[in-house]
Amino acid sequence: MTTAPAQAGWRFRQPSVIPGFGLTLGFSLAYLTLIILIPLSGLIWRSASLGWADFWAIAGDRRTINALEISFGTAFLAAAVNVVFGTLVAWVLVRYRFPGRRIVDAMVDLPFALPTAVAGIALTTLYAPNGWIGKLLMPLGIKVAYTPLGIVVALVFIGLPFVVRTVQPIMEEIDKEVEEAAATLGASRFQIITRVLFPGLAPAIITGFSLAFARGVGEYGSVIFIAGNLPYKSEIAPLLIVIRLEEYNYPAATAIAAIMLALSFVMLLVVNLVQTWSRKRYG
Amino acid sequence: MEVRVANVRKEFERFPALHDVSLDIKSGELIALLGPSGSGKTTLLRLIAGLERPTRGKIFFGDEDASQKSIQERNVGFVFQHYALFRHMTVADNIGFGLKVRHGSSRPPAQEIRRRASELLDLVQLSGLEKRYPAQLSGGQRQRVALARAMAIEPKVLLLDEPFGALDAQVRRELRRWLREIHDRTGHTTVFVTHDQEEALELADRVVVMSQGRIEQVGTADDIYDTPNSPFVYGFIGESSSLPVKVENGEVWLADRPIGLSAPHAPEGEATLYFRPHDVELLDGCSGCIAGTVAASRRVAGTRRVELEIGGERQRVEIELPVGHPAAQKSRVAFRPGRWKLFPAA
Repeated sequence: MTTAPAQAGWRFRQPSVIPGFGLTLGFSLAYLTLIILIPLSGLIWRSASLGWADFWAIAGDRRTINALEISFGTAFLAAAVNVVFGTLVAWVLVRYRFPGRRIVDAMVDLPFALPTAVAGIALTTLYAPNGWIGKLLMPLGIKVAYTPLGIVVALVFIGLPFVVRTVQPIMEEIDKEVEEAAATLGASRFQIITRVLFPGLAPAIITGFSLAFARGVGEYGSVIFIAGNLPYKSEIAPLLIVIRLEEYNYPAATAIAAIMLALSFVMLLVVNLVQTWSRKRYG
Repeated sequence: MEVRVANVRKEFERFPALHDVSLDIKSGELIALLGPSGSGKTTLLRLIAGLERPTRGKIFFGDEDASQKSIQERNVGFVFQHYALFRHMTVADNIGFGLKVRHGSSRPPAQEIRRRASELLDLVQLSGLEKRYPAQLSGGQRQRVALARAMAIEPKVLLLDEPFGALDAQVRRELRRWLREIHDRTGHTTVFVTHDQEEALELADRVVVMSQGRIEQVGTADDIYDTPNSPFVYGFIGESSSLPVKVENGEVWLADRPIGLSAPHAPEGEATLYFRPHDVELLDGCSGCIAGTVAASRRVAGTRRVELEIGGERQRVEIELPVGHPAAQKSRVAFRPGRWKLFPAA
C-alpha cells in the first residue's frame, strides 16, 4: 500500500501498525458493492427509466400511499412496543436468576429462526375471531387478525429479539457501583432506573429500535397471513410490490421499492447520527 | 457524627467475612481501615454505608441505630475506587445529583444546586469544569468529582473505598495530601479503606489494622508502628525481622546463649522475637547479643540491608547497617535489637 502524496487534501488515517488495511478495506468495499450496492442501484436504475411524470403518478397513487403509511406506521408502532417490553425482558434476563432462565433466554431468539410464514399462520390462528385469543377479544370489540392491529402484532413478534439482543449486553455491563453510588446519594429505586440506568441504555435502545423498525418495514412472510391484505386498509407496501410484479408491472414495483428504500435509508441515517452524537458526548 | 460499630458479624452465604467487630469512630476523625485483601475492611465500610446488612450486631450514628435504615436514609457520602460517576451527566450534574433527587421542600431550587456544585468544584480545585463529561477527565480529576458529589449531600459520614487505588503513584501522593487538607477544612467524619500502609499511616488520625475478618489493632500511626500488638501487625506494618527464641528465668535465649534482653513478664518457654531491621544496636564484642555471618547485602536508599545467618540452624534475619559499615560477605556482625517484642511461638 502506498501512502497518499503529501499535497493531497486528506489522507487515510493509519489505523495501526498491523498490516492489511488496504486489503481489508478493498475487500469490504468490493463485497458491499457486490451484495448491496449493485442490486440497489439496479433498482434505482429501473425506476429511473420510468420518467418523473410516471414515477410521481405511481408514488402519488392513493393505494401506494396507504400501503406505505401502513408499512411504516405499523413498523414504528411495533418497534415502540418492542422497546418497552424488549427492554423489560432484557432486564429480567440480566438481573434475575430463576429456574428456566436459560430456556427463556433461548426462546427470545426463536423469532429469528422460525420461518416467518409459520409465525404468521400461528398468530392468525390465535388472533382470528374464532381463535383462542381472538375469541376473548371479540366481545370487547377488538379485532386483531385481518386489521392493521394484526400487522403490529406480527411485527412485535418478529422484532422482539432485535431489541433484547442489543440492550442485553449493554445492560450486563452496567457497573453495580454506579447504582450503589446513586443510592448513597439518596436516589430511590425508581429514580435510579429513570435517571441513571435508563439514560445509559438509551443508545442501545435506539439501536434496538432502529433494527426492529427496519425489520418491520421489510417484513413480508408473517404479515400477509394475518393482515387480511385489504387494499387501502391492511395492505403493506412489500405486498403491493409483489402484486405489481405479478401483474408484470415492473416499473410500478420498482418505483414503490425505490421509495421504500429512500425512506428507510433516511430514517436509519437519522438514527445513526443520533447515535454518533450521543457516543461523542458520553464516551 | 460519631459512628459506633457494635459486635457486628457479617456472613456471605455462610462464609464469615467479619467476626464480631466493634469500633468507635469519633466525630470529625479521619480513620483508615488497613489490611490485606480479604481482611474484611471493605465489607466493614459497606456495612457502615448500608450497602450491606450485618448478619448480627448494630451500627450507630450518634445515638441513633442506623442498622435498620436504608442506604438512602443514612445520608452517607461514599466514594468508590473506580469513581462510579454517571457518565451521561456533566460534572455539575453529577455533583448536584444528590440534591436533585430529593423530594418536595428538602430539594433546593435549581439555581442553588448549581451554586453549590460550583462551590464544591472550587473546593476540589476543579473550577471551570462544570460542563465537562466524566469521559473527558483524568483519573485523578474523576475521583475529585466523585468526592465533591459525595460531599454535596452534606453527609453524616464520608466513606472512601480505596479512593486512590486506581491512580498512579504520583497522583496518589498528591491527592493524599489534598484529602487531608479537605478533611481539616470541612471536618467530616471520614473512614477510608486502603491496603497501602504508607497511605494509612500518613493520612489517618487513627489506623484500624484488620486481618481475616477481625480487627487486630486500633491506634495512631505511632502506636501501630512502635508497639504492634500482634505478629500480624508487626509483619504487615513496616519491615520486621523475627527469630525463634526461648524464655528462661526472665531472660531471652537464642539457642544456648542469652542475648542480653530481659523479659521478666514474658511466659517461660518457646517464643518468637520481633524487631525492626533499622532499630538495632551494633556491638563489637559479643557477650549477650545476636551474632551472625553476612549472607547477602544490598544497598537500599541511604542504608545497607544485610541478611545475617544466625547459629547452626541457618536462621536468617535482616538488619540495616550504615552505608560506611565495613561488613563484607562472610564477615561476622553482632547486634542487639533496640525496640523489640516477644510473642508466644505459634
